Amino acid sequence: MSVAILRQGDYLIASIQSDLSDTEVVELRGELAELVGTYRARGIVVDVAALDVIDSFVARSLRAIVLTASLRGAETVIVGIQPDVAIAMVQFRLNLEPLRVALDLDAAISLLDRLTRGDAEDGG
Amino acid sequence: MEDEVRVPINGDADLVAARAEGRALAERLGFPRPDPVLIATAISEVARNIVVHVGRGEITLRPFEEPDRYGLVVIASDAGPGIRDIEAAVHDDYSGSGGLGLGLPGARRLMDDFRVVSGPDTGTTVTMTKWRFRDELARVREERRRG
Amino acid sequence: MKRQPTTRARTRSAAEPELEDERMDEQPDRSAADAEVDQDAASLLQELVAYLRDNRTELREEWARRISEAELLGVMSDEEIFSEATEVYDNYVDALETGSIETLQTYARELSERIIPRGVETHEVLGIVLLLRDVLARSLFAQYQDDLELLNRILDAYEPAANRIAVTVGVSFVEERERVIHDQQEAMRELSTPVLQLRERLLILPIIGVLDSARARQLTEQLLAAIRDNRATVVVIDITGVATIDRTVANHLVQTVEASRLMGASTILTGLSSEIAQTLVDLDVDLGMMKTVGDLQGGLEEAERLAGYRGGPAGDATGDVET
Repeated sequence: MSVAILRQGDYLIASIQSDLSDTEVVELRGELAELVGTYRARGIVVDVAALDVIDSFVARSLRAIVLTASLRGAETVIVGIQPDVAIAMVQFRLNLEPLRVALDLDAAISLLDRLTRGDAEDGG
Repeated sequence: MEDEVRVPINGDADLVAARAEGRALAERLGFPRPDPVLIATAISEVARNIVVHVGRGEITLRPFEEPDRYGLVVIASDAGPGIRDIEAAVHDDYSGSGGLGLGLPGARRLMDDFRVVSGPDTGTTVTMTKWRFRDELARVREERRRG
Repeated sequence: MKRQPTTRARTRSAAEPELEDERMDEQPDRSAADAEVDQDAASLLQELVAYLRDNRTELREEWARRISEAELLGVMSDEEIFSEATEVYDNYVDALETGSIETLQTYARELSERIIPRGVETHEVLGIVLLLRDVLARSLFAQYQDDLELLNRILDAYEPAANRIAVTVGVSFVEERERVIHDQQEAMRELSTPVLQLRERLLILPIIGVLDSARARQLTEQLLAAIRDNRATVVVIDITGVATIDRTVANHLVQTVEASRLMGASTILTGLSSEIAQTLVDLDVDLGMMKTVGDLQGGLEEAERLAGYRGGPAGDATGDVET
């Protein structure tokens, strides 16, 4: 399976295991959108550490995941962007609004805790 | 000496292969980080255009190894209807809007040389190159020479 | 600035003498009279080479004597000087004879590799080569003084060849020296760990000296790796020790800050000189995302706040990626 999605309390943790085809990315979007509703998740963590390439399509899709989740009441944090990938994304000038990022899973969970405890700082 | 690698592009699953081949070949040629990832990302963009807009095409990865420099030429070719406004396709504004959504401006920023030839009868061929001096000292001299 | 790969199979560094691989006695666009003169020059050169070989021992000794007199190659013993002098002499004469300086270049590079670690300097190498040229020229004067016309013709053949040899040896030496210095710098750079962990989650990258784009690229890699390895949320990049930066490096700095952000760390830039500050403004570099603080101390305090060490909101450190 290319993406493992686990539940941790109110959160969904999507761990991408390997490079995804576009079709698989679209499937991930759909699955997360559905699961957020099914489990009334309040937060999603998408772990992209296994992605060697984040191009415009993946970036668009991550944005879409964030926006869709937000519409259903969940915050999203992207974690695990690799150093070289970060450089590529910046040099490419990928539009990354409104992604939240954290370094790793622990940091992401802490961030989600802060965001979902009380109200989010800026309404997410 | 590395050989040329050809990746047929017929569906989005082939993008995975194209990215992987590009990155692996770049590493074998000796490109330092983060170049292999930059190259793979650029390959992903142009290969996707083939899938999305034409349906089939090919990515050719052509290494070159000269005494004082080495590099990789990536050729993305298809026999599709062509890009009508190449200028618009290849440029975007500072915030990244524009480029007709083809990801070409971004790919161009990741590579050193970037050319597009496109027409209704000839299809589209994107040729992009990344290269390095073998010798850091040669690169320093070149930079000095250019001022 | 886009670099264009050359389509020629072989590229030349601009430092190589332009006439490499050309025979010394060849000239383009010759008239028949010129051809005759060149033929003459060629045979003169042969005669010259024969003369130099016949008188090898004396001329070489004279040269070694002049080297000592000029107090060159002080780091080498007399035996060493003599042995190298023999090799240089023979290579010199060969180069005159064949017109090809490739062998000479190879020898000059090898010689440089040997003597640079010994501390031999550029002026010494140039000095001894010019002394050899002088010794040989004097000897030609002595040999052909009875026939001024012939002497002139021999010098016409000898001088350009001798000068080309001097340039070749000098340039090879200088290039080899540059390479040694460069390699040493690279080695030092690679050994050093420029990114320091000040506190947990807080890194500082002090940059000192000349910042060119290659070094900037290397620092970026090291910084991003350190962010990942140390789970850092705040990075202080201090450029107090950097005098100037150009557009490429300035953009690189901005990209580094943005890439760090994508990895969950915010960056504070400290120690901007007024010159660099003005450069950044003039270059119209996008500083939107960059926090800058004038001095290092202030930057560190701000960083500690951001990282949650000074009672500031600990949540600010990770978070939004701004456009």
